[in-house]
Amino acid sequence: MSGMDTLMTDDTRTIGDTLLDVKGISLSFGAVKAIVDVSFDIRKGEVRAIIGPNGAGKTSMLNCINGFYHPQKGTITYKGITRSKMKPYEAASQGIGRTFQNVALFKGMSTLDNIMTGRNLKMKTGILSAMFWRGPAEKEELEHRRYVEDIVDFLEIEAIRKTPVGRLPYGLQKRVELGRALAAEPELLLLDEPMAGMNLEEKEDMCRFILDVNDEFGTTICLIEHDMGVVMDISDRVMVLDYGGKIADGTPDEVRADQNVIDAYLGGGH
Amino acid sequence: MLGNLYLMANDDQELGRYNTFPKLLLRNAEKLASAPAFREKEFGIWQTYSWKQTRDNIKALALGMVELGLERGDKIAIVGSNRPKLYWAFAAAQSVGAIPVPIYQDGVADEVQYVLAHSEVKFVIAEDQEQVDKIISVMDQCPTIKMIIYKEPRGMRHYHQEFLHFYDDVQEKGQAYETSHPDFFEAEIAKGEPGDLSVILYTSGTTGRPKGVMLSFENLWESARLSVDFEGLTNNENVISYLPMAWVGDHFFAYAQALMAGYAVNCPESAETVQLDLRELGPTYYFAPPAIFENLLTQMMIRIEDASALKQKMFHYFIGVAKRCGVDILEKKPVSLMDRILYSIGNVLVYGPLKNRLGFSRIRVAYTAGAPIGTEVFKFYRALGVNLKQLYGQTESCAYVCIQNNKDVRSDTVGPAAPGCDVKIDDVTGEVLYKSPGAFMGYFKNEEATRETKTESGWVHTGDAGIITDDGQLKIIDRAKDVGKLNDGTLFAPQYIENKLKFFPFIKEAVCHGGERNTVTAFVNIDLDAVGNWAERRGLSYGSYTDLGNRDEVYDLIKGCIEEVNQDLAIDSNLANAQITRFLILHKELDADDGELTRTRKVRRRIIAERYGTLIEGLYSDQDMISIESQMTFEDGRTGQLKADLKIRDVDTFPALKVAS
Repeated sequence: MSGMDTLMTDDTRTIGDTLLDVKGISLSFGAVKAIVDVSFDIRKGEVRAIIGPNGAGKTSMLNCINGFYHPQKGTITYKGITRSKMKPYEAASQGIGRTFQNVALFKGMSTLDNIMTGRNLKMKTGILSAMFWRGPAEKEELEHRRYVEDIVDFLEIEAIRKTPVGRLPYGLQKRVELGRALAAEPELLLLDEPMAGMNLEEKEDMCRFILDVNDEFGTTICLIEHDMGVVMDISDRVMVLDYGGKIADGTPDEVRADQNVIDAYLGGGH
Repeated sequence: MLGNLYLMANDDQELGRYNTFPKLLLRNAEKLASAPAFREKEFGIWQTYSWKQTRDNIKALALGMVELGLERGDKIAIVGSNRPKLYWAFAAAQSVGAIPVPIYQDGVADEVQYVLAHSEVKFVIAEDQEQVDKIISVMDQCPTIKMIIYKEPRGMRHYHQEFLHFYDDVQEKGQAYETSHPDFFEAEIAKGEPGDLSVILYTSGTTGRPKGVMLSFENLWESARLSVDFEGLTNNENVISYLPMAWVGDHFFAYAQALMAGYAVNCPESAETVQLDLRELGPTYYFAPPAIFENLLTQMMIRIEDASALKQKMFHYFIGVAKRCGVDILEKKPVSLMDRILYSIGNVLVYGPLKNRLGFSRIRVAYTAGAPIGTEVFKFYRALGVNLKQLYGQTESCAYVCIQNNKDVRSDTVGPAAPGCDVKIDDVTGEVLYKSPGAFMGYFKNEEATRETKTESGWVHTGDAGIITDDGQLKIIDRAKDVGKLNDGTLFAPQYIENKLKFFPFIKEAVCHGGERNTVTAFVNIDLDAVGNWAERRGLSYGSYTDLGNRDEVYDLIKGCIEEVNQDLAIDSNLANAQITRFLILHKELDADDGELTRTRKVRRRIIAERYGTLIEGLYSDQDMISIESQMTFEDGRTGQLKADLKIRDVDTFPALKVAS
């Protein structure tokens, strides 16, 4: 029996096979090359980060993964199926969830209702029975509400359950958005700068939630971040993009020591 | 649903059979069976546990702990927020002869370590990972700890230490134990005697280390019986438990009285939702320290300022009516017909909705205790028709010495001695002494302090200076050791003046200086919500607490408040010279984490005087600016330095007024 040392526990998460495989994709808007021949993979159960300076193509990469953009070259293989063009809702129904850099919630709706919209794809009853809220519709809504309440409990947002999200501070809005993404029970969760614009305490809270989501639900997470420090602490593997190209990929320690990364972040020519 | 079952109405002999809390638990499980004992809001819904379920849960926990090696006389620490499962831990411990020791859950590791080691705790029941981490971090210095039981499994899956057990697993062990040892639980409960030690409550202590107050079953049981009888509490009461479980007030109100009267204890969803949950629940019986009532009033005033002009007018008019006649109506005294009519209109338009918003619509009895309450605040709630009363007691007396009578509630006294209690004033020192059935057994492992506090004849020293009015009401002036004299001989009671200051919504905390000085001066903490709102209204921008507090406009605002207090003091010829002459606004909020306040938010004068000595000297110099560097502790325990230049302002004083009487 002893003190803090025993707290350093072994990692029991199992990082499995490749969940998503991106091979040689390129994306351009007219003459602007957003992504140039990038390949990387995401393994089941890991926290994967994509970092890079402004305009490096990070968000474009997420948009490719969830079918928002369609790369001109290359393939994306998700759960062993290589897809050509996929619509965002197809990605969602296959278990890819995401949050956005600029919070994209329904400002006038309550926290509960916003998270409930995340259950949309899971709802089966027709519009008519939903209108009269009888029989299966009622039962279904209760089940979904239960799931939403689990998320509310998980994210510790009980106190703002019924508050319109437009009135919430930014940090809490981000948390609600995470809640909505979780409501869809994603297998792969894409987080676009989940910690942007937060203070230190909010960042620490968000880190804890991300790790807990990964740990408790076994959700695979791919996050984009600006803040190198935070990313290095919570990620299993990090890919670095610069000017649309991949310049490094590996564990946080490897990436930190990589000369290309140092140059990109501190300016080249040293 | 059961009717208004008044368990006490049975004859005393019958009740006397259930002379410990576990015995009362068995009685309630039998007689109230399916009536609610606990509710907890979880997943947005109030989950109810009947008395029967409560007993079964407690039994399973108790037997599970026995299986894990708990023995009679062992101490069990309980740390966490108000949850049924943690309340059950009290009864589970007591059932098998162990002694619960609740710990303030927001205490920093060092404070927690002291109590754990001092009380020789063997088992710890912790709410969640945060508390478990805290306990594990100090386990090296607490060799007596053998087991930690945690209630919340979240985040605990990577903890593999053998001494860690999940609450539900322990209960499962207990159920298995029950099958192999039927009737063991009941037999253990039967072994309990009224004179046994039932709980050790550590006082937060404004000076020195906390002391462990040992209370017997008889202490709490008898105090609970008398008070339940006094207020006519039944099993139909509803209370909301949100105050620290380590505070005697909560233990008395959500445990001792609840078991005695058989009423339901409701646990809010989280600390942030208390106000919402309170409103949903509408308790009939409510207990809060004055700070909460003051805070609610401040919030209310801020909201009113944001309301439309018409609503503001209506509010102020009817509050005026309530202040004029509300208290008399509550106390059933004669009131003119016109006022009665106006009051009932006000009730529909203002008081009713307001009370509903606050969750006070159904309150029969509300207590404030723990510190003096501002007269204006007190009268405000009574004028609205909330039966708010003062209660005087301390940990050493099970929080039960004086209670105000429904028919005679005053703001400046705490009422006459409660049934079964005796109060007197020490002729020499002016200290309040009492004898009561709740008078504690002694301080745990501190004979000397016990002897100093509890005399052989049974009188207990409170440390409070007070007087007894001609009609037998006790009036508390201040802590005896704090009362001093100015150089000209004027009585200086710092808390008395501070409370007057704290009535202003803009002032959150105040510390007055003046003992053996020529004049009185003050440190002020502004209320960030109220002053922030005030500043926004005026278009003043500010970056932080320190920034806001240092603005000239805010100094003017506070100066105005202090001058009003001075005017008030000028009326009382005894205190006219104790008017505040100079003040400054502190650059940081006084905080329990920095040791400046106790966990129950009482000012620790000695520590403040040491830490801010230079500021006090500044107040008594002719400087109008002073710099200070001080240490502050962040929520996660790290410390940092805070440097600031503070302004000092003079305040106008007023000539003593003789009141025409």
